[in-house]
Amino acid sequence: MKTNSKLLSAPYTVWMTVFIVLPMVLVAWFAFTDKSGAFTLDNILSVGQYSNVFLRSIWLGAVATAVSLVMGYPLAYIISRLPAKRQSVMVMLVMLPMWMNFLLRTYAWMTLLEDNGLINAALAALGLPKVHMINTAGAVVLGMVYNYIPYMILPLYSVLTKIDPSVIEAAQDLGADDKKVFLKVVVPMSMPGVISGVTMVFVPAVSTFIISKMLGGGGNLLIGDLIDMQFLGSAYNPNLGSAISLVLMVIILICMGIMNQFDDGEEVNAGGGMLL
Amino acid sequence: MTKAMGRVYTLLIFLFLYAPILVLIVFSFNDTETASRTVFSGFSLKWYQKLFEDRLILEALRNTLLIAVAAAAASTVLGTMAAIGISSMKRLPKRVMMNITNFPMVNPEIVTGVSMMLLFVFTVGLFGGRSLGMASIIAAHITFCLPYVILSVLPKLRQMDPALYEAAQDLGCPPVKAFFKVVLPEIMPGVVTGMIMAFTLSIDDFVISYFTSGTTQTLPIYIYSMTRKRVSPEINALSTVLFVVVMALLIIVNTRNAKANRQIKEMEEDG
Repeated sequence: MKTNSKLLSAPYTVWMTVFIVLPMVLVAWFAFTDKSGAFTLDNILSVGQYSNVFLRSIWLGAVATAVSLVMGYPLAYIISRLPAKRQSVMVMLVMLPMWMNFLLRTYAWMTLLEDNGLINAALAALGLPKVHMINTAGAVVLGMVYNYIPYMILPLYSVLTKIDPSVIEAAQDLGADDKKVFLKVVVPMSMPGVISGVTMVFVPAVSTFIISKMLGGGGNLLIGDLIDMQFLGSAYNPNLGSAISLVLMVIILICMGIMNQFDDGEEVNAGGGMLL
Repeated sequence: MTKAMGRVYTLLIFLFLYAPILVLIVFSFNDTETASRTVFSGFSLKWYQKLFEDRLILEALRNTLLIAVAAAAASTVLGTMAAIGISSMKRLPKRVMMNITNFPMVNPEIVTGVSMMLLFVFTVGLFGGRSLGMASIIAAHITFCLPYVILSVLPKLRQMDPALYEAAQDLGCPPVKAFFKVVLPEIMPGVVTGMIMAFTLSIDDFVISYFTSGTTQTLPIYIYSMTRKRVSPEINALSTVLFVVVMALLIIVNTRNAKANRQIKEMEEDG
């Protein structure tokens, strides 16, 4: 099955050239041309005006990633220590909310966080003062964490569960206490999972645009909203939108390049085979 | 960490994950005229009735399913073929192909979405005709589903003994027949997993559909417009229906998997 089977991927190659490579070329093309199609650097240069939006996106994405890691790691660890049968039930419970459309999940938080929402109603019932939560940066981070934390927990769990218990026993036999075992054995061995979890949360968090719209109000514009506005919104300008997209891609590629530096080449397959 | 602390922690995280969904479900049964989202005034099924009378929702649902079936079918066939091709490639072309395959998975969704919008609006638009609609959504969905199919078929191909296919041919089986009788049954679990993933990803997709749909409504796009314009417990009812359907599907698939696994184990023990 040599020469013939290579031809089998020809339709795929054509498809990806038309629908992945060509669109990317178009993004680059639009980014470096003006409305008449003449070459210009104006679009790229004017992205600089939005540096505050970029910084806010990266900052909120980084905070959401850090919170997801801190919240998700203990849970992944706890699950990985359970008997095998209960592990699979727990993993399913972590994934189940992901099967609900993220717009609905985010909408659910809208109803909770509103000034007249359930949380404030509960606070009022307890005689506590109202807290303004919706349309703040904190609400956006919360939305990001809520939507993407499963992407952190699953890769962490899949590396933690593969750690050979005899390695931990060996460390204990050599006199390490629980804290030392955790910090010197478990954490280093789970680094590939941390890296893939951080990437899987950070990339969608930085480039989100719906979460900020629904929970952040008008004051927490993110890169995604900026791109949306240039293509389907009031500020219609695909050339500038393409330039912003290009810069966003470069930022993400740089971040992933940095993350890969820490990766020791061990493959963590978080997506494949973890459908259920 | 003690066991009890672990339990409390697990409970808290699951509370965080499920409380919003639970609230959504509870308020879908709320009997209120003012569509209040915080006061539960009595049990009612009227939002469900409204939901099933809403023609726009039903049309969006029909579109969503049509797109998902088309995208899953096309990406499964194309992706399986591609995986077989890729697995027989030499190192360098294989690496190039895998990089192209991985690209849409790491690229921000919004960038994939706008790049395809540029393709449809400014390239297809040049030749006239409607550039955004069902066709462009289906093409976009096939594109983002393909990598998932390929990545779930490739490991199965790697596990397969290449001698099986050669043996079939040595015994006089023509290549096409050998593929359907020998290769396909071996890689079938990967193909099915890929297809289910493609189907669910397509149903769930919002961002890429949003940029490639034009005026065509899919369920996620409709949900988006609902959250923007008006507040109606209909959306809660819809969430509840979707959640229950997904739960039922997951339970069916899982019990079937468990049964299949048990049968395999028993067969192994017997023979």
